[in-house]
Order: sequence, then structure tokens, then C-alpha cells
Amino acid sequence: MMPKIRNFSIIAHIDHGKSTLADRLIQRTGLVEDRKFRDQILDDMDIERERGITIKSQAVTLPYINKNGEQFELNLIDTPGHVDFSYEVSRALASCEGVLLVIDASQGVEAQTVANLYAAMEHDLAIIPVINKIDLSSADIESVKEQIEVDLALDSDTAILCSAKKGTGIEDVLEAVTEQIPPPSDDADGHLMALVFDAHYDPFRGTIVSCRIFSGHVKSGDRIRLMSNGATYKVEEVGIFRLGREPRGRLSVGEVGYIIAGIKTVSDTRIGDTITLDCDPAPNPLPGFREVKPVVFSSVYPVTSEDYTALTDSLEKYKLNDAALVFQKDSSAALGLGFRCGFLGLLHLEIVQERLEREFGQSIIMTVPTVQYRFVLANGETIRVDNPLYYPDPAGIEKAMEPYIRTSILIPERYMGVVMELCLERRGENSRFNYPTPGRIEVQIDMPLAEVIYDFYDRLKTVTQGYGSFDYDLLDYRKNDLAKLDILVNGEKVDALSQIVHRDHARSRAVQACKRLKEEIPRHLFKIAIQGAIGGTIIARSTVSPFRKDVTAKCYGGDITRKRKLLEKQKKGKKRMKMVGSVAIPQSAFVAVFKTDSK
Amino acid sequence: MKLPGLYVHIPFCRSKCPYCGFYSLASTSLVSRWLDAFKKEVISYRGRFRCFDSLYLGGGTPTFLEVKTLKAVVDCLFSNFDFAPDTETTIEANPADLTPEKIKRIRGMGFNRINVGVQSFDDEALLFLGRRHTAGEAELVLKRLRSCGFDNIGIDLIYGFEGQSLKGWIETLKKALVFRPEHLSCYQLTFEKGTPFSKMKERGMIMPLGEEKECDFFTSTSKFLEVNGYDHYEISNFARKKAFYSRHNQKYWCHTPYLGLGPSAHSFHNSTRWWNVRSIRKYCEALENREAPVEGREGLTNEQMILESVALGLRTKKGFGLKQIGHDPKMMEMLFRLKKSGHIRIDKDSVVPTEKGYLVADCLPLYVIV
Repeated sequence: MMPKIRNFSIIAHIDHGKSTLADRLIQRTGLVEDRKFRDQILDDMDIERERGITIKSQAVTLPYINKNGEQFELNLIDTPGHVDFSYEVSRALASCEGVLLVIDASQGVEAQTVANLYAAMEHDLAIIPVINKIDLSSADIESVKEQIEVDLALDSDTAILCSAKKGTGIEDVLEAVTEQIPPPSDDADGHLMALVFDAHYDPFRGTIVSCRIFSGHVKSGDRIRLMSNGATYKVEEVGIFRLGREPRGRLSVGEVGYIIAGIKTVSDTRIGDTITLDCDPAPNPLPGFREVKPVVFSSVYPVTSEDYTALTDSLEKYKLNDAALVFQKDSSAALGLGFRCGFLGLLHLEIVQERLEREFGQSIIMTVPTVQYRFVLANGETIRVDNPLYYPDPAGIEKAMEPYIRTSILIPERYMGVVMELCLERRGENSRFNYPTPGRIEVQIDMPLAEVIYDFYDRLKTVTQGYGSFDYDLLDYRKNDLAKLDILVNGEKVDALSQIVHRDHARSRAVQACKRLKEEIPRHLFKIAIQGAIGGTIIARSTVSPFRKDVTAKCYGGDITRKRKLLEKQKKGKKRMKMVGSVAIPQSAFVAVFKTDSK
Repeated sequence: MKLPGLYVHIPFCRSKCPYCGFYSLASTSLVSRWLDAFKKEVISYRGRFRCFDSLYLGGGTPTFLEVKTLKAVVDCLFSNFDFAPDTETTIEANPADLTPEKIKRIRGMGFNRINVGVQSFDDEALLFLGRRHTAGEAELVLKRLRSCGFDNIGIDLIYGFEGQSLKGWIETLKKALVFRPEHLSCYQLTFEKGTPFSKMKERGMIMPLGEEKECDFFTSTSKFLEVNGYDHYEISNFARKKAFYSRHNQKYWCHTPYLGLGPSAHSFHNSTRWWNVRSIRKYCEALENREAPVEGREGLTNEQMILESVALGLRTKKGFGLKQIGHDPKMMEMLFRLKKSGHIRIDKDSVVPTEKGYLVADCLPLYVIV
């Protein structure tokens, strides 16, 4: 008898235990022997493991026999857990019929819990609340149940109590998946329609497309078509995900699995795209597809210009596995040849940076992240600028506009003052408060995206002692008085340190940048002057004083090797710095210049 | 090719001084075992180095050894190695050990140079430095050394510690000059890793002088001694004329070969450096098992040799030769920048540090070698 299929996802606020629960389900269904078990099986990138967040979604098919003896195949589709990746989340959810909504028994409902719930509701999914971490002494199950009723308007009686860490309640979760999540609709005879919810690159097989079949079926040898761009490919292999890939004869309606079809790079596929058969295409694609657009931009330069080719190579290789990254050639007077890159958000940027350095061994400098501005020029033309290098001639600017977001910040009431202060500092306006539960406030406020892309989330966490959660939607472009702030080091303009700022904040930004650079640039043998300027006017300055003494008294037979090794180490460190004239600027300075005071 | 130098590390002291990072034990229980092992080490190198023209007994405190032990060390060296006729033979001495009798016996062993660890002519400073002699005792010893015929005397001094005034330090220098020493080593106090002083510094019990005062002390020392006829020929070393530069120590700074014997001693030959274990026990065990007591060894690449030449050269008045770094235009550019900022002079084909350069000698090489 064919096993019954259930497709589901786990959604949760960060740190509420999504990955641990996924691990426990995998373990309980016997997919992996206990002793071979590595924690958080689904997150297979080092960075994910270290940061405890899921970056790329993945899927796994779990065999399960329920208490009535019925056979199931449970497809668990993992979703990324960060606002930067909300589109990927939505495609993963579109591939499911239900979700487990995990809520921490001591933290209760958080901003992302609500956001995730709404996302699941948009897709008409069955929602099973799971109260996790009930083993904690601080667990308050009754009040979490009340929040489920009041904040989420869900039936708290259906909530399952579990501790993924201790492994209690896991059976109940699996039973609920089989009972409460509806089976996929059964249109085996329709046109093939497979929703792409993920893609990753395998050096031997090319792109592995993860998909959910909504109607029809697909097998090796079929010629498939990607409906967004009409590209066609011959299917080499289809199968399902166990801990690795497991080939199958075909993938049928309702199933979740992979297709390998000689697609060279991940960028050739689009998440949310519909796969159909070339010979008998579906008339319309599945709904919800959209192009992912970068919102944060930064330039990447090799520390030494000789490494430009190696960086090009690494970026291209990296891109194989990350369709969301976009880049194009860029050059700076200070930093030479490099690339202008677009990212989904700051976390995405950091991930790219870390992986380029760690996996590809590149020494890189990333410039201050920026958003895309729009300028209406005197001649009526509108230009988009995502790089301060291309800031237009100020005399020709008729109107300057920058992107705005609407925040959803969920905090305990006592932090309202500090959070409002932070938001207003960051040019927040039009604030509205919602009171989801007694004692908690949701702050909705319109803010320029530029004000949140750097360290807003860090600052929010600091001022709320970790209790604040943050989510946002892009709103629109609004007119503002903008200016380009330049930084001069020993009189030389360092174009890579320029930033576009609101004119009212120009002076404080300049002072801050000069102060940061003073902290970041090590002392040299000579004095270093750092200046902030708008147009030709110097509006801030700082000085790195030279060091006068750096010498050890003794140097005899036993000291020479140690001395040389130290010099070699320092030389290496200096290689990772960028020479601007005769000043060595460390990599960190290029981003630190943007950091605000953490008072 | 210059002749190699021979260094012997005597790893014993009566007591450990709180600033000193050199390896030694404050106990005599292992002396005879060490001496046997030492003889084995000497024999193991027989025939492997040609004639030496410098011998340096350092430590530790060589003069802490009994005369008969010292004699055995020297005899062993002279009977197993060749020395040039004009060899510079130096022994490091603690004034507290130098009885009139011991001075005579040391002189009799053939030492033609003595380096006395006076450290200060201020009794309070001597107490702080944990020395076991007074200023008066040191003065007496220096007088005796002269009358016993030592015509090449070096005095070691330490300066720049908390509580010492510049005036007080110059007083000490003046007292040293009374003896017209041929050589003076003036070490600015360094907090060597693992020493009691460095631990005290970590706990905030001693404070370093701070950059500004350290610079003042350094330049004042140099000026004062130059006015009094001394050549500031290395960061911490001064000599009355070129003939009195320490021949042995210069070998360290010029990549001249040297052989170091005894625990923790370093050797250099044919672009290779190796160093002995930093433990008397391990040293003895190795030699007793007919093994070399060598802990580590490194072959220097051409690039490393250049880096060392530049780093070592920039610590001495001799500097380094331009041809040593080749004719890299980028390096030349850097050199002229350093010349302009007053850190170096370029004399014909060599690069020589100025006083200002001496003060930053540890990082200067980073500006030369790019």
C-alpha cells in the first residue's frame, strides 16, 4: 500500500527550538542511528551551526507508522529563520499543507511567532501550536496557552507540549502531523506543476532543485520547462531527500523531492518558479512567484590587488549556490578593482563575507553597506544610486529619495521609552502602538531602511536587554535632504569610506566616522589626520598620533627567532590591511566607520 | 668570511633577579651532572666549527660557579676547540661573587674582557632590582678589576623603572664613568614574559614609565654618553671606541656563525638556527643518552634572512646594506619616506637608523620590507 503523504514545516521565533525539534523528529522516525546523530542535521553549513540559525531551507522525507499502523511519508520542509529570507520562507510554506508553530514555554509568543503565523495563514495551512522547552524551570505553560488564545487566536487545547531537548512529547507531535495536517490534493492526471522552493549546487551533479509536486508527475528522461524564463532541461534523476539524496523512479503529485536536470548554476533556477513538462505544459504557473531583489549593497575588494582574479573566481563559485547574491564589476580609486554586490539584508551580507573568507580563503574588504537611493535630476531623469561613488553632482539634484520600511518591534512595555528613543534617533516617524497582550507593545514606525541596515538590530537587542524582536516590510521611497559625506586620510579622499547621509545628521555622522577610524587605524610612525567633509567643507576631524617608542632593550642569540616570527606575523597582519598612501587601514575600518555610538 | 663565536650558557645563579628572563636555576645540586653533560656536548661539536675568535661565558651567573668548575669549563673548551690568537674572551660577572682571589683566578684563566652586572649605582634601585650587592661593593670590585689588569671592562646597567628619576639615572651613569669602562650596556627595563616583574606588572604592582618618559630616558642616555665619548653602536650598547665594540655580540647582529652550548643556548650556522632545551635536567638526560640536547631547529629562507638582516641592522649603528634588499623600487620609496621622517639616514649604500629610528626599531623593518 502506498504510504500517505503529509507536507509540513516548522516555524518559530529565533531560538525557540525549531532546529532541535527537527532533529528530534528525524531521530524518532529512525532515519538515522542515534549514535551517528549530529545535532541539527538540517543545518549543514558551518555558519548555520555556529550561529544557530537556518540560512538555506532543506527538506527531508521521514518514514513513519502511526499508532493505527498506517504508513506515512512525512515531508519536513525546513525554512530559514530570518527576515532577510522571508521570500524563501514563503515558498517553503507554499509547499506545505500544515505547520508546527513552535513557541518557547518560557519566552512565549514573540514578534516572529506572530509574523510566521500570519505567513502560514496566508497559505491556508493547518497550524499546530507546539509549546517547546517545557522542561525549563522558567516554563510557564498556562500563560503561553493564554497567549496562544489571545495573541494568536488559536485553540490552545490543540497545543502539544514537548521538550525537543529532552525528547519528550515527540510522539505526540508526529501523531498530530498525521491527524491534523490534511493530505495533499490528488491531481495525478493534471499537467506537471512543481514548485521550486530551494536549489543548491553540487559540484558533481550541478543544481539540485528542491520542489513540491502540485499536480502530475515527473521522471528521469522527461524534458522539463522552467515557466519563468522558458528554459528547458532534460531530467537526469528525480528522488527524495533522506539524509542524503535517494533516487526514485518518479516524483508524483503531493510528493516533495529533488530534480537533477543538468542545470549548471543555482542562478539558472528561481525560487518560487514552476516546473512543468515541455511537451505538455501547464497553462499557468503556480501563484506567488517573484524576482528576489537585493536591498543592501556593498562593495567587495581584495586586500591586495593581485588577488582580484582569485576573488572573481570565488564569487562565481559562491554564486553557484546562492541565487540571491548579485554582483557586478566595480572600481575604487582607493581600493582598486572589486565588485559591487547586492544582498537580501545585512545577515545575508555577513554570511557571504564569512563564507568568502572561510571557505574560499579570500582576504577581502567590504565597504559600508548602503541602500539604493533615487535621485530626480534637473533634466527630469531619475537615477538609482546604490554606491556613494556614483553620487550625482549635487547641483543637478532636484529631489533625493530613499527607501522606507515599516517596523514591527515587539517589546515588553517597560522598554517603550528606550525603543522610541532609538527609533527617533534613526529618523523614525508615524509611530503606532498595538497592544497584543497586557504588558507588551508592538511598535510600528516608519524608518529609512538606511538607518536599520547596519546595527539597528544589535542596538535594539542591547537597549531591550534581548527582549525586543524586530521585523520589517519595505514601504516606499520618500523625499529627503541627502548629502555625500567624504572621508580624507592624510588629505587623501578615500572613496570607499564615503557614505550617503541625511544632511541634518551629517556632522554627527562625520564626527562618529572620524572617531571610529581613529580607533581602528593603528598608530604609525607618523601622524595621521582623519577628516570628514561634505563637498569641500571639512566638518569633522581626528588625529592618530604617531608612536615614538617601540623597541625592546635586548636582542641576542636567543631573541632573534622570536623577533623575526613576530615581524612575520605583523607583516601578515599588515598584508590584510589596505594601504592608502602610506597609511595602513585595517579591513574592519571600512565597515566600522558606519557604526554608531553605543551609549 | 668572519670567524664564528662561541657562547656558553652557565645555567646557575645564587638567586633569581625579578626582571631577568634568562634560563637559570638558583641551586647548585645539578652542577656536577651539568658539567659532565657539558663536556659531552663540547666533544659532540669537536671539528665541526673552525677556529673561533670570540668566547662568551654568560648565563646565569658564570662567576657564581666555584673556581675549579669554571676552570674545568674553560679547559674543556680550550682543549677541544681552536681559537684565534686575538680571541675576545668575555665572562659575565656578578660583583657579589668577585672576591680579590676570584678576580685573580679568572684573570689567570685567560679572560681578557669582563662584563660586570652592576645594574645600578643606587642602593635603593639595587634593592628593587633584587641584586645581592651594594653600589659601594660594585665600586670596589671595579677598582680591583682594573688593578688586576683587566683593560677591557664592560658595565651592565638597567634604567627606566618606576620611582627612578632621570636625574638619579644620570647620577648612576656618572658613577659608572668614573671607572672609564670600555663598554657600557644600558638596558631599559623590559617586562620579560614569565618573570616576577611581569607578573607584578599584570597585577598593577609595578607601572611602566610610559612612552614619553621612556623616550626621554633613552635619548638622554644616548646624549650623555655620546658627549662623554661613547659610541651608541647598538640600541642598548655603548663603547669607548670601535675597538671596544663587543666582538661576540656583533656576531648575533650580522648573521656571523656562532655556537651556543648549554641549556637554552642558540646556535647559528649556514642559514640554520638551532636551540637547546631550556631545562638542565633534559639537557643532561639527552647528552647522557648520547643525543643532542637540541629542542628546535629552523632553516632560514632567503626572505627570512633578509628580514632578519634588516631588523638586526636597524638596531645597530652599522645599519644594513642596500644591496641586501635588492633594488626594489617600492622599498626604495619607503626608505626615502623614512629618511624624510628622520628615522633613518642613507649613507652611500647602507641604511642607518637615527636616534629616532632606534626608538622604533622593532617596527621599522615593517616599513622597509613591504
